[in-house]
Amino acid sequence: MKIDVNTLKKIAHLARLEFDEQGAEKMTQDMTQILDWVEKLNEVDTTDVAPITTMSSEENVLREDVVGSHLSHERGLKNAPQRDSDYFRVPKVLE
Amino acid sequence: MLPKAIKEKYELVVGLEVHAQLLTNSKMYTSDSTEYGNLPNTNISVITLGHPGTMPKVNKRAVEFAMRMGLACHSEITRRNIFARKNYFYPDLPKGYQITQDKGPICVGGQVPITLASGEEKSIALTRIHMEEDAGKSMHLAGEVDTLVDFNRAGVPLIEIVSEPDIRTSEEAYAYLVEIKKLVRYLDICDGNMEEGSLRCDANISVRLFGDPELGKKVEVKNMNSFRNVARAIEHEFERQIELIESGTEIISETRTFDATTGTTASMRTKEDLNDYRYFPEPDLSPVVISEEWLSGIKAAMPALPRELHHKFVHTYGLPEYDASVLTDSKEIALFFEKLCTETENYKAASNWMMGPVKSYLNELTLHISDFPVTPEKLAALIHLIDDGKVSFTVASQKLYPEMLKNGQKQPLEIAQDLNLIQESDENSIKPIIEQILSENSKKVEEYKSGKKGLMGMFMGQVMKKSQGKADPKVASRILTELLEND
Repeated sequence: MKIDVNTLKKIAHLARLEFDEQGAEKMTQDMTQILDWVEKLNEVDTTDVAPITTMSSEENVLREDVVGSHLSHERGLKNAPQRDSDYFRVPKVLE
Repeated sequence: MLPKAIKEKYELVVGLEVHAQLLTNSKMYTSDSTEYGNLPNTNISVITLGHPGTMPKVNKRAVEFAMRMGLACHSEITRRNIFARKNYFYPDLPKGYQITQDKGPICVGGQVPITLASGEEKSIALTRIHMEEDAGKSMHLAGEVDTLVDFNRAGVPLIEIVSEPDIRTSEEAYAYLVEIKKLVRYLDICDGNMEEGSLRCDANISVRLFGDPELGKKVEVKNMNSFRNVARAIEHEFERQIELIESGTEIISETRTFDATTGTTASMRTKEDLNDYRYFPEPDLSPVVISEEWLSGIKAAMPALPRELHHKFVHTYGLPEYDASVLTDSKEIALFFEKLCTETENYKAASNWMMGPVKSYLNELTLHISDFPVTPEKLAALIHLIDDGKVSFTVASQKLYPEMLKNGQKQPLEIAQDLNLIQESDENSIKPIIEQILSENSKKVEEYKSGKKGLMGMFMGQVMKKSQGKADPKVASRILTELLEND
């Protein structure tokens, strides 16, 4: 699969990452190579193989509906880049 | 306003997506409290905040609540459930993805029957019901440079109920929402409060010419915080889209927001223009497998549903449709009435008491039926007193019932005795009173006999007065007639 610059831009936008336009060509090549490598998996016949969604073979790892311990308000907010005494603060999303 | 002739050429097509917040104690994938109204950012944990390396774990009760809703809607319950990540960036979603269900939702298909004002019945088919988690709350306050985020709500369990595009009028949409709200409340899985956001609705709306097999371009409308506003938004979109088509403008598939003050919708131009959620299976959660045993346990514990009770009230208790609708409007009233009907077989009287004196008392004091001071047993005892002729309905409703409201502990019979309200239906004690009245009013008796039959009311009034309202009117009137006619 070939990744073009538009796809690269879309992926960057979705991931909220910025990249240097000058390196775009190199990045599309790298990504194409990565995908080509993953596509090798297509060579395996998986006709009767059920897809797995988790590496564990466990089922029904459930929790009873009981309230447990919380992170304290102060510790929760501790690593926030911006905050006040009550809230996490982020750049304004809506006007 | 659109000319009627033009409007009538078009058919409205609506599908609704309803999010219901589940009434669990803890969140969908963590044990933080779901309590509403706590200080901001106190119902939080490392999982809720999306710290690296944390592992979610599914709340068993949330799964069971979703099963209940599916069973109530006759959906097929998916036996092997997996979860999916829906990826997008928004500050109220710290992980950068929402854990939801994509392929294989817990409930597939099903339907919700609705009744329209005309009495017409219709069934709205469901596409699916799936489990997911709520996002945090962002506040965009005027005068604030930043957006403020509170994660108390992040991770609260939700079910999303997705209907097929089966809805054709705003009235149907409204009726459908009323039915969903009733269902979740009867099932005890959500408090159904749309104003507080525990029930939320998005509408997918399109129009097409009648007879057109193709669906029109759909517009998604958000931000309607009442059933009434959902209906208004649909009406508005219906006209707006017809106007666009009539003027030859193409309808854009987009998300619009409803403005309750103007009753109109406006395009939501957010930065996330290209929605590409890149769903993939959530690797941190193992599958939830619903065994036959688990499912039948949930089935066995299903409460009575509003439509079942409505049917029972009409067909078993012989009540009018109207009574059944009023009585099943809220679960608590319906259950109170059910209890009442195990104590008395005079169902119509029981219904009249519920719809009249009981409801007006609750409305007047804005009380909930759970605060009603009289138990179903005592209310039934009161109905028995009337049926047995111990008290007249008038005395019961005007004297005895107000006393019972004040003193819920006492049996109505006891109160009636204390207040000397027991009706005299013994002929031997009423007859002397009547005889006395007749002899004191011999002139009136003559007038009656010469044809002034209207005097009967005056005689009855005298009897009631003399007996202090305790004479059984039926017995008194019989004796009166006998004495006046046979003399």
